[in-house]
Amino acid sequence: MKIITVTNLHKFYQETEVEVKAVNGIDLSFEEGEFTAVVGPSGSGKTTLLNIIGGLDKPSSGEVIIDNVNINDLSSSRLIDFRMNNIGFVFQSYNLIPVLTAGENVEFIMHLQGRPKKERESRTRELLEAVGLGDRINSRPGKLSGGQQQRVAVARALASKPKFVLADEPTANLDSKSTENLLEIMEKLNREENISFIFSTHDARVVNKARRVIRVEDGKVISDETKELKK
Amino acid sequence: MKNYIIAWRNLWRNKRRTLITVSSIFFGVLIAIIMSSMQEGSYISMINNVVKFYSGYIQIHDKDYWENKTLYYSFQADDSLNLLVRETDGISMSSERLESFALASSGDKTQAVMVVGVEPEQENKITELSKWVVNGKFLEQGSRGILLARELAQNLDAGVGDTIVMLSQGYYGSNEADKFVVEGILNFPSPELNKRFCYMDIQRAREFYSADGMITSIVIMVSDYSDVSRVLKNIRSKLNPAYTAMSWDEMQPELVQMINGDRAGGLVMKAILYIIIGFGILGTIIMMIAERRKELAIMVAVGMQKYKLGIILFMETVYIGIIGVFSGIIVSIPMIIYFIHHPLPLTGSAAQAMTDMGIEPFMYFTAAPKIFTHQMITVFAITLLVSLYPLASALSLNIIKWMRN
Ligand SMILES: Nc1ncnc2c1ncn2[C@@H]1O[C@H](COP(=O)(O)OP(=O)(O)O)[C@@H](O)[C@H]1O
Ligand SMILES: [Mg+2]
Repeated sequence: MKIITVTNLHKFYQETEVEVKAVNGIDLSFEEGEFTAVVGPSGSGKTTLLNIIGGLDKPSSGEVIIDNVNINDLSSSRLIDFRMNNIGFVFQSYNLIPVLTAGENVEFIMHLQGRPKKERESRTRELLEAVGLGDRINSRPGKLSGGQQQRVAVARALASKPKFVLADEPTANLDSKSTENLLEIMEKLNREENISFIFSTHDARVVNKARRVIRVEDGKVISDETKELKK
Repeated sequence: MKNYIIAWRNLWRNKRRTLITVSSIFFGVLIAIIMSSMQEGSYISMINNVVKFYSGYIQIHDKDYWENKTLYYSFQADDSLNLLVRETDGISMSSERLESFALASSGDKTQAVMVVGVEPEQENKITELSKWVVNGKFLEQGSRGILLARELAQNLDAGVGDTIVMLSQGYYGSNEADKFVVEGILNFPSPELNKRFCYMDIQRAREFYSADGMITSIVIMVSDYSDVSRVLKNIRSKLNPAYTAMSWDEMQPELVQMINGDRAGGLVMKAILYIIIGFGILGTIIMMIAERRKELAIMVAVGMQKYKLGIILFMETVYIGIIGVFSGIIVSIPMIIYFIHHPLPLTGSAAQAMTDMGIEPFMYFTAAPKIFTHQMITVFAITLLVSLYPLASALSLNIIKWMRN
């Protein structure tokens, strides 16, 4: 089932004299249950693309339709609620609220959604266990390693039961062991819970884990390949 | 997580900065409270002094007397007026006076004097006149003698037991003259009173002025100082329009003016103090937001409405204000209580100036509730004003810009 359709997307930035075409005519669609990497060199437009898909940024032209909703049509506060209920986010850094514990960070969105306390607590425990941090529920982010923080961020992204998770270079600040660990967890969640992940990276080892690889350069898609599942 | 908990924890991320900001409010509030307490306490003591020495809290006169203080506007207190004074709630005491001018001479010395005919016992209860008697004795009802203020007695070269002659115009315009024996000398702390005043029994004054049964004023004491305006209103509502009732502040406009002037001076100082504090809070809040831009952007990105973020930032500001104000108030209370019981003695020219004005040379304090509530309201208003910044920041937050920063 198609969950995201991107048509004729453009995003231009007027930087002093020159116009930067961060996204320059992209058409894409994403199915439920994908595990997709958006790959490209620095400055190729990955972040801009993901931000627009996630409704954090407005395109200069073109549209993004998520679950039959054209997100450009949403008012800014409706868009915030839409993101909360439909999209999980993992950013490169500063993902977590430093004054909240790992558990509270995961609970945070469910709180905003107005979920009952019981459900919040059991789901928080479940999710932290799923990312291998069941024992760190009461630790503040400052007490966690970079890799652990990103795993909490993944747990938080899933807390709202989103349709998909957008992760912009989630491993960029991690060492290779933590990178591998994080990807394993994401892959497992994808495989076992059918959660869709769209993540950007410029790390070849990360690319190898993806089933679908979308290569972008200068704001354009230059290739889009889906690997056959090896059984 | 509840917003107020997030706000509270954010406050303590940079403990030192928060404590510095809180203590700036703390010290500001403390200084403002002590300053106000001292000012207001001094005003109360000044008012008490004036009221005590002379005017009482309220006086009733003929409606034209105050403009033109002559015997022509004296009157006979009829039953309804006496009843009014007796029955009005909140009046603790009253006393009748007949006041006018005279020329006093003794030997070859002549002085203009202010003659105050009083009901000795009642008057003493209100103004504690007898405590200024330094020589001789205080008046009794029916006394034929007089009390002279110290400087006046000196200028007349008259002492206790001496006889002086007074000349004046009587109630009917006739020339009056009589001899009086000095029964006592009064030493007021006020030079103005010391130069001019001569007290005698009201009956004796009526006799001298041929003003049988007449009075110029009824001096009224209230049981509770803060009750003056209510009592005054009650009196006025029932008073025959031929008379008027005046409060101490209407009779002492110079004192009121002085107090208001002084208050305004204090207000300017406090305003400067609070402006500095306000900018201190604002600076802290600006920094607290600037260094968290990325984190705040992410909160909105993952689903927090901007107004909710605004509330969190608003609470952070309010917490700073509340902690500062309440710590300031809590610490100030024992200090003020101490100063109320141990007024600060003054020395030097300030002390002299106060003594000359008939005021004891002490700095008095008060714990009137308004001293505290004013600071609370002020800091609260400043906090609200400052919190416009975080509110505006949250509402105008641009996720992409703030995340890139
Ligand atoms: N807010 C912005 N203002 C101006 N230029 C921008 C902005 N965001 C991105 N760009 C430019 O757009 C291009 C694509 O950036 P980005 O999407 O961040 O690429 P990537 O994530 O692949 O490194 C770059 O040239 C970048 O400098
Ligand atoms: Mg990027």
